[in-house]
Amino acid sequence: MTNFLVIFVALPLFAAFALPVMARFLKRGFDMLSAVVTGILSLCALCIIFNPPAFPLVYSMGSWQAPFGITWLLDSLSAFMLLVVNGITFFVSVYSINYMEQYTGKWKYYCLFMLMLAGLNGVVLSADIFNLYVFLEITAISSYALIAFGTGAEEVEASFKYMVLGSVASAFILIGIGFLYAKTSTLNMFDMANVLSATGASSKPLLFVSSLFIVGFGLKSALVPFHAWLPDAHPSAPAPISAMLSGLVIKTIGIYALVRIVFNVFGINFVTSQLLLALGGISMFVGVILAIGQWDFKRLLAYHSISQIGYVVCGIALGTPLGVAGGIFHLLNHSIFKSLLFLNAGSVEYATGTRDLKKLGNLQEVMPHTSWTSLAASLSIAGIPPFCGFWSKLVIIIALFQADRPFYASLAILVGIITLGSFLKIQKYVFYRKVKEKFSKIKEAPALMCLSMAGLAVLCFAVGIFFKPFFGKVIMPAAEILIAGKEYFITILGG
Amino acid sequence: MSLIVKRITRYTVGLILLYGIYIVLHGHLTPGGGFAGGVIISLSFIHFVLAFGRKEAKKNIPEQFLSLGESFGAMFFLAIGLLGITAGFFFLNFIANTGTPFSLFSAGTIPFCNIAIGLKVGTGLFAIFIVLSVFKLSGEGDKK
Amino acid sequence: MDIVLFLTGFYALLMKRNLIKKVIGFGIMEYAVNLFLILVGYRSSGEAPILDNKASDMLFVDPLPQALILTSIVIGLGVTALMVGLCIRIYQHYGTFDIAEIRRLRG
Repeated sequence: MTNFLVIFVALPLFAAFALPVMARFLKRGFDMLSAVVTGILSLCALCIIFNPPAFPLVYSMGSWQAPFGITWLLDSLSAFMLLVVNGITFFVSVYSINYMEQYTGKWKYYCLFMLMLAGLNGVVLSADIFNLYVFLEITAISSYALIAFGTGAEEVEASFKYMVLGSVASAFILIGIGFLYAKTSTLNMFDMANVLSATGASSKPLLFVSSLFIVGFGLKSALVPFHAWLPDAHPSAPAPISAMLSGLVIKTIGIYALVRIVFNVFGINFVTSQLLLALGGISMFVGVILAIGQWDFKRLLAYHSISQIGYVVCGIALGTPLGVAGGIFHLLNHSIFKSLLFLNAGSVEYATGTRDLKKLGNLQEVMPHTSWTSLAASLSIAGIPPFCGFWSKLVIIIALFQADRPFYASLAILVGIITLGSFLKIQKYVFYRKVKEKFSKIKEAPALMCLSMAGLAVLCFAVGIFFKPFFGKVIMPAAEILIAGKEYFITILGG
Repeated sequence: MSLIVKRITRYTVGLILLYGIYIVLHGHLTPGGGFAGGVIISLSFIHFVLAFGRKEAKKNIPEQFLSLGESFGAMFFLAIGLLGITAGFFFLNFIANTGTPFSLFSAGTIPFCNIAIGLKVGTGLFAIFIVLSVFKLSGEGDKK
Repeated sequence: MDIVLFLTGFYALLMKRNLIKKVIGFGIMEYAVNLFLILVGYRSSGEAPILDNKASDMLFVDPLPQALILTSIVIGLGVTALMVGLCIRIYQHYGTFDIAEIRRLRG
């Protein structure tokens, strides 16, 4: 019965390897395959959330038990991340059925897309640190190739920049894993927590390895000293890949992996918490300030991604129950509304062919679906009730005040106001401005693209309205796992 | 390439291929295994291309073989893992205790995994070599 | 010695202006990280960890890091192949390998 857990990695891998063979014989039908696969996986994730088996569920590969074998862990945090990853990927793959008509070689896109999904699922499920690294690399390499998919001049330049920085990050993570193996002589996270709890949480080798991991995973998740690749990479990618990257990849291989290791294996301590809080605060501020002067639609959205990831890291780095829960909730909300915003930008580009805010205008009349969904997403990211973004930002700000950090809390409020201004600018310039000529003959985006955008907008609204039961049933158990820290993993090893 | 190179290549391509297959098959007894053997298998194909040129290679190594070999290698590996589920766990070694230790037919599913990986790596590396040596825009993946 | 190798590769990756030299620097950095992982598993006066017919209870070096670096070498191969492919595409668009001239994205 517990063997069904392998479906999250085995099914996308099988689809990815079968696609070249299928594309040789069928010419049309393979784009439905990815939508079917992601639909099945998101239904599985929903079943896990609403009908949970006994958590925590430890699955040993090949019946080699911990600490000798590779184990997978399914607990509330993993189940929550599985729901986020598979749900958003379903909407993005429905969108890309129509969007990728612009490109040749469509089956290569789906092959890489399925590989990326398999890697993301593997990172979320893995409880063995080298297994996490391998799935992280699978995701990263697929994303390097997908950014360069259009093979225009800007795409390959952006992909090369991302690839160089991403390889440096992976090298740092691998050195950190080497140091951890030298110190604990095991690769299993449960056993590692057990061995490391004998030494103190603030001992020098542990701080060094934590700093290596913060550099490595921080570069993957675009925290501020390491953010330079994101404003080039996310706009140049095709729109569904921008949505996947900004909405899922930087959170899963950056924030989820870092938080899982730092909270559950090392145990959170004061120095690491302060460092992450400072990095998150700087990210919030720098991201939104740099976004003020942007006139390219997707580049502006990419800078806002940096700022919102700063919110998430600030929330989680606090270590208090409310802070961690607020951070995780904002992670979910940012996935929903940032993916929706990137899909909107893609549909605007599909219809008009440009991303420049100064050239666009008057799209409210000719593209009503895109306009309404974009309004929902913009109100959500700016933090207007009753959309989902308001609740998560409120929880983070209250947690910052409660933890006696008024400076960061007022910074968060200021950043929220500037975000609101920035998105009002987008709405005005793209949709509501009266421009005399040219955009009266374009049509609305094709049906499947509108359907997926409408689905995400409904999610934005529904998570905001049904905030209280969702928060209590899904978010708080996930937060409690992070707060329980090392003892949680040690009790899994014992029992 | 000169006549001497072509003549010698005709003999050594088969030997290198045989050596690569030997390393793949004895992966559970000697160092090597799937990846190292696969690299050597792809080296034999690359040796052929370097000596004779790509036109000759296109006649002798069909293109279908490359992409089908890659996909089937990977799917075979995944199928072995999924077959383990029928006996309990993912990637369980379900024929582990048959056969005598330290001989060729031991260690359960590991030789089959090695063969699958050797096939995939061999064809994959050769495909990378062919694609990188084509120095013109082939038109794939471009915006229309 | 391993640190020197890593810093050499890191320097080449960051400071050299030619794209191909950056790729070579990345390769040197990968070698340094893999070397570090193997050295973690070294036991002085240990033998190669191959189980043989002759029963022996001598000291083996740790075989687990050797499996780790096999995986890491394959990953490095994939990334290097992708980097070189991108270098070819960049050359076709920009006509140069010089990183100072490949700056269409700015701001």
